[in-house]
Amino acid sequence: MSELTETTREEMRALMARYPDPRSALLPMLHLVQSYEGYVTPAGIEMCAEEIGITAAEVTAVATFYTMYKRHPMGTYHVGVCTNTLCAVMGGDAIWSRVSDHLGIGHDEVSEDGAISLERVECNAACDYAPVVMVNWEFMDNQTPQSTVEMVDSLRAGEDVHSTRGARVCTFKEAQRVIAGFNDSHADEGPAAGGPSLRGLAIARGRDSVEEGSA
Amino acid sequence: MSTTSPHLLPVLSAHWDDPDAYTLAGYERTGGYQAVRSALTREPADLIDLVKDAGLRGRGGAGFPTGMKWSFIPKDSPKPTYLVVNADESEPGTCKDIPLMMATPHTLVEGVIISSYAIGARQAFIYVRGEVLHVIRRLRAAVDEAYAAGYLGRDIFGTGYDLDVVVHAGAGAYICGEETALLDSLEGRRGQPRLRPPFPAVAGLYSSPTVINNVESIASVPAIVRNGRDWFRSMGSEKSPGFTLYSLSGHVTRPGQYEAALGITLRELLDLAGGVRDGHELKFWTPGGSSTPILTAEHLDVPLDYEGMAGVGSMLGTKALQIFDETTSVVRTTLRWVEFYKHESCGKCTPCREGNWWLVQILRRMEAGTASEHDVDTLLDLCDNIAGRSFCALADGTSACVTSAIKYFRHEFEAGTHTPAWEMFPYERSALEAVAV
Repeated sequence: MSELTETTREEMRALMARYPDPRSALLPMLHLVQSYEGYVTPAGIEMCAEEIGITAAEVTAVATFYTMYKRHPMGTYHVGVCTNTLCAVMGGDAIWSRVSDHLGIGHDEVSEDGAISLERVECNAACDYAPVVMVNWEFMDNQTPQSTVEMVDSLRAGEDVHSTRGARVCTFKEAQRVIAGFNDSHADEGPAAGGPSLRGLAIARGRDSVEEGSA
Repeated sequence: MSTTSPHLLPVLSAHWDDPDAYTLAGYERTGGYQAVRSALTREPADLIDLVKDAGLRGRGGAGFPTGMKWSFIPKDSPKPTYLVVNADESEPGTCKDIPLMMATPHTLVEGVIISSYAIGARQAFIYVRGEVLHVIRRLRAAVDEAYAAGYLGRDIFGTGYDLDVVVHAGAGAYICGEETALLDSLEGRRGQPRLRPPFPAVAGLYSSPTVINNVESIASVPAIVRNGRDWFRSMGSEKSPGFTLYSLSGHVTRPGQYEAALGITLRELLDLAGGVRDGHELKFWTPGGSSTPILTAEHLDVPLDYEGMAGVGSMLGTKALQIFDETTSVVRTTLRWVEFYKHESCGKCTPCREGNWWLVQILRRMEAGTASEHDVDTLLDLCDNIAGRSFCALADGTSACVTSAIKYFRHEFEAGTHTPAWEMFPYERSALEAVAV
């Protein structure tokens, strides 16, 4: 049963209105579909096609190109372990095998209780915090196999989990709504920057004065 | 030659340790939005000349002069001009734009306003990768605050200049960091590169004149406007002036962001970062992401600027310094990178789509110790048929990654005929100690 309603259509129109050409809103609209349905459903594809005035085949061609769009429901918490080279070498491969064994699921699979889905993700631009794990696209920095297993167990138990430099982890659908273009009220959670982001600055403060006229 | 000592020079990162650095109040308290006030009183052409004279070069990888890119925008186009910020940071090892947008998104917004004004754009887009939820929150909050404060919208500061900014999240595709693929993606299509010419400056977004710049390039503009050309040129070298974010990761004692004048060396950076992890030594490194040919300990003293890296057959790229020590198997790292390129190839060009697939098959045999004696030569032959034979640089990145690894460590690839990589270099030894516990 589709979760998409007239409200969804109105939100899609609001997204299209942000662009000179409505088709530019297609990626945000597909994120919006996932925020209601948990994945890109046939009904969602139809609705995008109708609103933009293109064919369902054209929407499908786009939806299948991008890895963030899912073909089946994800877990409430979608966990991505970075197994690109640097994270993999630093321990990402070990994290992946441990958490995959622990949950009994592999890449693009969901735990039986529907709480956790797993993905081997590519570089997520946090290499100075390696090994990195993402939960609903929030950073979980400097992970170990043990910390990751404890984190997924906390999530399954319904406990609050906070990103190491972001917000309290929300659900996959809530995250998708923000990514689609509708703000929540969590921008102020977490620090401005994590430790590794400040390493050079800290040394500069102790060792050199910060340059005059800096921005 | 460098005119300044290559010590750390925090400019973009100077206030990242302020708890409210990401807010409008925090940014204005440290001088934020002063540059845009002065910029909007100047002629747009003056601003283009300023950035050109300062010598700012693109920080997204290619190093193309930013001001020159701006000057290619036709003056008499009947179509609207667009500024598009490439915030799709995805090159393996690259991790500078994400912390910048997390900590001081207003620096980027201010840069967007000045740059848009300079090129005559009234609509700008920030194309940020989708997999960074909190960064998207911070960017949107910053844009909303800028609208509320009158820095964006209609008749900014009563100058008659209008500007709208949309923060647009991608959906997981490395290729969208390639500027023409990014444009297709922003038009709601599969992210596949376009054939050039026409270049985006002439026919970019919606076939209109478009400038596409990296986050760090645009974020560097306010400081240049405020402090001037000579200040910028007092850092770095004649051809590579200014400051930049160097990102150290991997087997280094204190990984992180180190903002310095262009031309600092890896030896100097490693010294600041506490060296290679205790008890180990440098084996190889990337200067600017996985697509830049790897280098070794013999290149520790080469200036990390555009010319220095080109001089040793590599590229400055995104200044993503991924450090690997002697425990690391080059076959393993090369295979994993090529698996990435295979996964991220958009499929448009046959040499890239098919070639990456074949490279992975061979490298998997090598990792498992079951390769044939001809396989190293086959890898090189494949690379020769991939590089330069596709629309975009993804194919060149793959090729550079493989050929540079074979250049310095051919014996490890040849050992793939008889010994698995995980026996030569037990993988648990490369992992952080905390991970192994």
